Amino acid sequence: MLNYTVQRLIQALVAIFGVLTIVFVIMHLSGDPTLLLVPQDASAEMIAELRHQLGFDRPIWVQYIDYLHGLTQLDFGMSVVQRVPALDIVASRLPYTIQLAAGALMVAIGIGIPSGIIMATMRGSAIERILAAIVVTGQSVPTFLSAILLIFIFGVTLRWLPTSGASELRAMIMPSIALGALSMSTFARMSRIAIIDELGKDYVRAGLARGLSLGQTVFRHVLRNASIPVITIAALEIGNLLAGAVIIETVFAWPGIGQLAIQSIQSRDFLVVQVIVLLISFVYVLTSVLADLVYVVVDPRIRLVR
Amino acid sequence: MTASAHAIRQRLRRVPPSVIVVSVLLAAIVLLAVFAPLVAPADPNNQTLLARLKAPGFTYRGVTYWVGTDDLGRDLLSRTVYGARVSLGVAALSVIVSTMVGVSLGMLAGWFRGWTETIIMRLVDIMMSIPAILLAVLTVAVLGPGFLKLVLVLGLTRWPRYTRVAYAQTLQVSNLPFIKASELAGAGAVRILFHHVLPNIAGPILIVATAEFGLMILMESGLSFLGLGIQPPSASWGSIMSVGRQYLERAWWIVAVPGVCLFLLVFSVNVLGDWLRDQLDPRSRSR
Repeated sequence: MLNYTVQRLIQALVAIFGVLTIVFVIMHLSGDPTLLLVPQDASAEMIAELRHQLGFDRPIWVQYIDYLHGLTQLDFGMSVVQRVPALDIVASRLPYTIQLAAGALMVAIGIGIPSGIIMATMRGSAIERILAAIVVTGQSVPTFLSAILLIFIFGVTLRWLPTSGASELRAMIMPSIALGALSMSTFARMSRIAIIDELGKDYVRAGLARGLSLGQTVFRHVLRNASIPVITIAALEIGNLLAGAVIIETVFAWPGIGQLAIQSIQSRDFLVVQVIVLLISFVYVLTSVLADLVYVVVDPRIRLVR
Repeated sequence: MTASAHAIRQRLRRVPPSVIVVSVLLAAIVLLAVFAPLVAPADPNNQTLLARLKAPGFTYRGVTYWVGTDDLGRDLLSRTVYGARVSLGVAALSVIVSTMVGVSLGMLAGWFRGWTETIIMRLVDIMMSIPAILLAVLTVAVLGPGFLKLVLVLGLTRWPRYTRVAYAQTLQVSNLPFIKASELAGAGAVRILFHHVLPNIAGPILIVATAEFGLMILMESGLSFLGLGIQPPSASWGSIMSVGRQYLERAWWIVAVPGVCLFLLVFSVNVLGDWLRDQLDPRSRSR
C-alpha cells in the first residue's frame, strides 16, 4: 500500500512537471511571448524594454529554469494589466468557481447516479428508454446552448431567476444546472454500465436465489462494488467541471476563474491565463491520484493484487 | 469472406430505425455543407441594414428570409448553411490530424516497447491531465484564431485518446502468429504496423474517432462562441450564437436556428457512434 502510494505520487509529480513544461512551450509557440503581453499598438522600444525587463531576451533554457524556479517559490509572475501578482488575482476569483463546481457536481451526481441505477435495474422498460434518450440528449447539447436555453426560459420569459452575476444564492441555480448537465450524462452512463457489469456476477445470482429482492441486492451489495469505477469518473469530472466553467461563467457573467480566463485573454494578460491553466491541471492530477488512493481503500481486491 | 459478408448483411437488416433516421439527418447536413453555395438563398455576408433582426418569414424587396435575419440584416439561413461547413470541416480535419498522430504513436509504443513506450505513454498521461478545452483555449489565444490553426490546435490536443487505444490493441495484435510470421519473413516495422497491425486495430479506433468527432464539433462551436475560433464575418454556428445571445429577448431565432442544427448534428453523431460501438465491440453489445 505504501509502495503503491509513493509510486502513484511520483507519477503525479512527473505529470505536473510535464504540464508545466507543455504550458511553457505553448506560451513560447508564438515565437516571442512579449508580443502576447503588450497592447497591439505598442512601439518597438516599448516591446524591447518589456522583453528585457521580463527576461524574454535570454536563451530559452535559462528562461525555462527561471520559470520552474519561480514556480517553486509560488511566483507565477505579475499581471501586466493590473500590476499585482497573477496568483492573487486568480485566488480572489477562485471561491466563486469552487461554489459553482460544487453546485454542478451536486446536480450531476444527484440526478446522474439515480438515473444510472434505474436504467440498469429496469432494462427494457419504457422508463429506461426515456432516460437513455435524456442521457444522449444531455451529451449532445453544448453547454453554452443549454445555458442560453435556461436563460431564455427561466430568465427572459418567466423571469424567475437572475440571468447573470453572483449577488444572490438563486443566481447559482442556472449555471449549476447548465454546467452539470454534461457530467450528469457521464455519471448516468458510467453507473449504468458498472451496475450491469456487477449484476451479471455470481454473488448477485446467489443473493437472488436465497430470496433477496433485486432492490435489496442492488442497495446492499451491488452499489458498493459498482462504486469503484464511478469514483474515478467523479474525480475526472471535477477537472472537467472546472474547465467547463470557462464557457458557463462567460455566459452567466459569473465572476469565477473561467470568466477571468476569457477576460484575461481579451486584455492580453497571459500570465493570469497561465496560472488558471496550471491550477486546473493541478486539480486534475491531484483528484485522479486521490481517486486511485480512495479506491484502494474501498476495494481490498486492488490492494491484494498490487 | 462470403460468410462474413453475409453476417454483415444480416446485421444491417437489424439496423434500428433511430440509427437510420440519424444517418439520413447526418447525410443531409453534410450535403448542405458541401453544396452550401448552391443551397444558400443569399450571400451569407451580405448586409441589409433595413432588414435587421427580422423574424422568420420576413420579406423585404421580394426577398424572403425563411428563418429571419441577424443583427446586421444578414440572411440567417445562408449563414447557418455556410456555418455547417466550418463545423464539419474543422471537426473532420482535426479528427484526421489526431487520428494520424495518435495512432502512429500508439502503434510505435506498442510495437517497440521499452523506452519508446515509456516516453510516449508518459506524454499521453501528461497531455490527458490538462483539460482539452483549456489547452485549446490557451493555444488558440497564443497563436491567434483561424481555420487551419483551429484544426491543428484541436487535432494536436486530442491525440492521446487514440494513442491509448492503438497502444493497447497493438500489444494484443503483435503477439498473433501471422504478425510473428511476417516479422520472421523480414518485414520492417513500418510495413508490419501499417499493413498488418493497422487493419486489425481499425475497429476500436473508428469507435474513438466517432466519439471524438462529436466532441470536436462541440469544441469548435465552444471556441467560436467564446470568440476564439472562426472570426467574423465568416459564419460559424458558435459565433452566430454568441451574437444571438445579446439579442435573446428581441430575436430568439438567431440562437435557435444554429443551436438546433448543432444539437441535431452532435446528437446524430452520438447515436451513430453508440450503435457503431455496439456493432464492433461484441463485449458491449449485451449492455
